[in-house]
Amino acid sequence: MTALALVLAALLAAACVVYVARPFLREPEAADDRLDEPGELERRRLALEEERDRALAALKQLEFDHRTGAVSDEDYRALVGSLRRQAADALRALELRAAETAETTEGTVVARS
Amino acid sequence: MAELGRAALLLALGLSAYATLVGGYAAWTRRRRLALSAQNALVAAFAATAVASAVLVAALARRDFSFVYVASHISRDLPLPYALSAFWGGQAGSLLLWLLVLSGYSAAAVALGRRAGRDLLAWVVPILGGVCTFFALLVVVVATPFATQPAPADGAGMTASLQNPYMLAHPPMLYLGYVGLAIPWAFAMGALLARRTDERWIVATRRWTLAAWGFLGVGQLLGSHWAYEEVGWGGYYAWDPVENAALMPWLAATAYLHSVMIQEKRGMLKVWNVVLVILAFALSIFGTFLTRSGIVNSIHAFTQGSIGPWFVAFIALSLAFSLYLLFTRLPILRAKTRLESLVSREATFLYNNLLLVALCLTILWGVLFPLVSEAVRGEAIVVGPPYYNFFLLVFGLPLLLLMGIGPLIAWRRASPRAVGRTFLWPLGVSLAAGAALLAAGAGSSIPGLVGYTFCAFVLASIALEFVRGTRARRALGAGSWPGAFASLVAQNRRRYGGYVVHAAVVLLAVGVIGSSLYQTVAEQQLRPGETMQAGDYALTYVSLERRPTQNAREVRAVLAVERGGRPLGTIEAGKNSYPVEQQVTNEVAVRSDLRTGEDLFVIADQIDPDGAVFFTAFVKPLVNLIWLAGFVFVGGALVAMWPDAREQRRLALRYDGVAARVEA
Repeated sequence: MTALALVLAALLAAACVVYVARPFLREPEAADDRLDEPGELERRRLALEEERDRALAALKQLEFDHRTGAVSDEDYRALVGSLRRQAADALRALELRAAETAETTEGTVVARS
Repeated sequence: MAELGRAALLLALGLSAYATLVGGYAAWTRRRRLALSAQNALVAAFAATAVASAVLVAALARRDFSFVYVASHISRDLPLPYALSAFWGGQAGSLLLWLLVLSGYSAAAVALGRRAGRDLLAWVVPILGGVCTFFALLVVVVATPFATQPAPADGAGMTASLQNPYMLAHPPMLYLGYVGLAIPWAFAMGALLARRTDERWIVATRRWTLAAWGFLGVGQLLGSHWAYEEVGWGGYYAWDPVENAALMPWLAATAYLHSVMIQEKRGMLKVWNVVLVILAFALSIFGTFLTRSGIVNSIHAFTQGSIGPWFVAFIALSLAFSLYLLFTRLPILRAKTRLESLVSREATFLYNNLLLVALCLTILWGVLFPLVSEAVRGEAIVVGPPYYNFFLLVFGLPLLLLMGIGPLIAWRRASPRAVGRTFLWPLGVSLAAGAALLAAGAGSSIPGLVGYTFCAFVLASIALEFVRGTRARRALGAGSWPGAFASLVAQNRRRYGGYVVHAAVVLLAVGVIGSSLYQTVAEQQLRPGETMQAGDYALTYVSLERRPTQNAREVRAVLAVERGGRPLGTIEAGKNSYPVEQQVTNEVAVRSDLRTGEDLFVIADQIDPDGAVFFTAFVKPLVNLIWLAGFVFVGGALVAMWPDAREQRRLALRYDGVAARVEA
């Protein structure tokens, strides 16, 4: 039983070592081994997208709550304007960011060619 | 095969340490292949732990008493399901189960966490690896389940009270809950290490947190039912330190599940949410420490005490690490938005959070007080149920009320006139319910009457939300009423799943109030043929029966039950004696009336040699609503957890788009 247990343990250890080494076995010479992370631009875009989604979800919720009667006409009127402005601001900022990114990319392509 | 178990655990320890050290180095130096290798190590650690667990399960099934653990926890005559449940019945086995669940969760988090982004996952792996390393170290060095000995003829058997079907499910459920709280903590710490201020870690751990919280809740209810049936004192929750140990992280996780919605909807409370995640994780480890250290006196605790310092060191280390990260990242966690009004949905969530955390910390103080008093005055002063019951009323009743108020108030702000109009129906229903209850005699307990009035208010507000929402959906063209209802829930599963969970909490409250504040108790010694009265029930002691089972001897007093002169059949209360374990357990008789939710609960406290039996009988109104609440709770949690395809697509656009751009 001991010999069988040791053989099984050795097989398990070998399988684990191979599995752990797999990224290096599959790519012995990686062209790029960097673990990428979002740059400032991507982080800003993500923040804006979250802001946009938050504002749009809040608008949707407000519309529904108003329809159900959970939000009065008076409260609806007081809230809807600022929520629409927030959503519009986030959308505008995202469009602006997208245009800037496109210009930067275009400039890089022109410079390279 | 113990050698295979030992080797597999050593391997799991090595792989976990590799995931921690190499994973940390890879995340720090931004090495992609090394980070992937560390992820694989975490998955391999799970495989190695699964092999070790399989060896222990096989040893328990074969009753291989050459394993010290097997010989110490089961006997030859023990039925197979209980023999297998000994996996978590002892110190070493339960720690192995912790490691198995943790490494399994970690492997799944790695596999499913791609949306969290490679940069975040690279930091999550060493953190989870660190927790795995701690538990692997415990089962390799401190409490191994694979120590061997010359096999004795029979084992020591299992603690009699653990030989109950609920013990097959209650501990694994609690473990799934306790351990699951490590995942949101690891992702939160990973986000802080990666300096991520977006909500990726929250999105990645939303279902993990709900699942862990759900398992912890169900585990506690199963444990309560076990205590009700098996411990035989007439109750289901005794504010025992180990019971409290499971309640505290559940309360912290409940607070987090509410406050995280404020972060998602308003971008606020980022620091508070991280604090709650740290608190929930630290309390889950603290609960494990309480159960295993023997530091507190509890019927649920393991007796060994040598493991305590390891846990204290680990809790201190993980708290220091978490708080250091939190304080150093405070500048990037500041919210841009502020609370607009104290009368708003987010404000009620905030009040709910403060009450939940206050209740949690009050319970923690009660658990710690004997240790503090012993350290300061040299005398351990145990805090009893009156302390906990008082604070449960002080914090619990407002919490209950807030569950009804919250859904009725709009996000951001609500005018007093609108609030007044919305409250009209629920308030009317609750006042009418209070008046009806008073007329029915519920005024015998003022806290009970107030509690029931609050429950009516919450149920009315939940019903109002469903009715108004369904009506609005129907007006939007959802067709029939059932179709509109289904569409309402499907469109916002977290919100309406949450309401179902609130309804479960109300059922629980109704059951707890009814069975504790309105119960009837009667005690009497009877000889065969004599009758006692318990509430409306007449109990006639018919006979005493003795019979053997596979591993115990049963003695049962047979009682004929009547109510209002109508015979309701017989029930049996008695005791079991376990010769191998040399223990005696109370086996209570429970007659449930599913129509009223009431239980007749009888304990045969003392059985004299001449056949006379001292009975204690309880009539517990509405107690079955507590167990019904468990099913409703699971239903609500499942609705809230169920993936929403439209939301998945929206999140995929938001996060996968970024990942694709980063990885391109």
